[in-house]
Amino acid sequence: MQKTKTYVSDTVSRLQPSGIRRFFDLAASMKGVISLGVGEPDFITPWSVREACILSLEQGYTSYTANAGLWELRKEISDYLACRFEVQYDPANEIIVTVGASQALDVSLRAILNPGDEVIVVEPSFVSYAPLVSLAGGVPIPIQTSGKHQFKLQAEQIEQVVTPKTKALIICSPNNPTGTVLNREELVQIARIVAKHDLLVISDEIYAELCYDEQYTSFPAIAHMRERTILINGFSKGFAMTGWRLGFIAAPKDLAMAMLKIHQYTMMCAPTMAQYAAIEALRNGAGDVEEMKKSYRQRRNFFVQSLNEIGLSCHMPGGAFYAFPSIESTGMTSEQFAERLLLEEKVAVVPGYVFGASGEGYIRCSYASSLEQLQEAIRRMRRFLERL
Amino acid sequence: MKLTEKEIEIVELLEKNARLPIDTMAKMVSLSVSEVEHIIKKLEEAKVIVQYATIVDWRKVDGHEGVTAMIDVKVTPKRGVGFDEVAERIYRFPEVKSVYLMSGAYDLSVVIEGRSMSEIAHFVSEKLSTLDSVISTTTHFILKKYKHDGTVFEQGDQDRRIVVAP
Repeated sequence: MQKTKTYVSDTVSRLQPSGIRRFFDLAASMKGVISLGVGEPDFITPWSVREACILSLEQGYTSYTANAGLWELRKEISDYLACRFEVQYDPANEIIVTVGASQALDVSLRAILNPGDEVIVVEPSFVSYAPLVSLAGGVPIPIQTSGKHQFKLQAEQIEQVVTPKTKALIICSPNNPTGTVLNREELVQIARIVAKHDLLVISDEIYAELCYDEQYTSFPAIAHMRERTILINGFSKGFAMTGWRLGFIAAPKDLAMAMLKIHQYTMMCAPTMAQYAAIEALRNGAGDVEEMKKSYRQRRNFFVQSLNEIGLSCHMPGGAFYAFPSIESTGMTSEQFAERLLLEEKVAVVPGYVFGASGEGYIRCSYASSLEQLQEAIRRMRRFLERL
Repeated sequence: MKLTEKEIEIVELLEKNARLPIDTMAKMVSLSVSEVEHIIKKLEEAKVIVQYATIVDWRKVDGHEGVTAMIDVKVTPKRGVGFDEVAERIYRFPEVKSVYLMSGAYDLSVVIEGRSMSEIAHFVSEKLSTLDSVISTTTHFILKKYKHDGTVFEQGDQDRRIVVAP
């Protein structure tokens, strides 16, 4: 008998493919493109970390680890969070090593959502949040931040969308795609509203190491927030380890144990060799991170000032490696701008609309590229703008 | 001499690329062009910045392959001047590229460049070994330079990242 129906679930059918995809295909088909579209470091993982992984393979550490991850690694993560971010988590039952921060997000959402529960997503945002909420049976509720406020979430915006069904709020600071960092006072304001409405916060702190102008504040370090926060972090950005797929969750015991149930059934454990590498990263990688951070900061300063000079107004992003300039002065949509810039000058940027409605009128430029590439990209963008 | 954080950043940037345009550098460290110019001038005058040099891969230039040797030199230090006097007598030879005083099994490490092995052998036997203070020499010829002053010579430097990623 012939198949007469689609076997794909309704939830998945309704998911939109990421808008980034189309650009990827277009840019990948062209030669001589300078890509400012890459959401990952341009550094290769520090050699000492790669070498530690090789050693672990030579020694034959190739079996599963505990579901939550190697004990030594969880202890290192616990110490790291305590020293670096002033938050305390018990390695025995409050830390889970995951396959990247992406899996950490997935596990978190599935652990907390009942069908129809609402999750507030602060846009412009990383493209996975809303789909992951939907896949977990929840309903993503966007909040649009504004360029007027440098895309900082205003605490009162939460109140405007909270309903009895609101379960959680996802925040990401430093933010992808805007680079915006929320400082302690701003987080305290958010915490006040979160407590008032008894919300859970999923704090995606994957860019925490890349915060350039001020001391970073981790959300669970705000008074009374630890008990209602799932902290997500990992090795991809700060330690330049994207391909290793290694992240972690830190959360109060009851939440962590719920998430561990999902993790043990779906993932068993994160890759063993990557976990050994991560131990080395935490023990001896701080110097490498510091060097990379300095280099990003210099490139940020150069790139953002240059964008403003060529007429694309851009706030100075406090962290991550993204500049998010406005292209409204050109009268084009972000998609038109990105497409023409790619076709006419071979510079790939990501149109802001893919990160949410409030990203329209902006483009995301990653400055994690060599200085020479950034200089050339600016030359090409200047030429492009002058021609308009 | 105590340098500010930005001054150190400027020195580090120049150390990596002495041809970095001043206006680019100024943006990178958030200073004005004239401020950066002023800092560089100051550091040049104070000899913190000693010289701007270029790393050349001479193997790629026909007829300029050359030979480099590192020579371990044992010497007798002299009363009053220690090792300085003999070091100076050695570094005055233009073919000597570096001279370091070392801890450990020998005293001076001398790097010398020549056109051929025999030219270097001649220098060692005629000029270096014959100095009064020199007790012994051990010459090591460099077979291949992989990395020099932080620069890797043959670098597979392509960007392996996918073009657009979230």
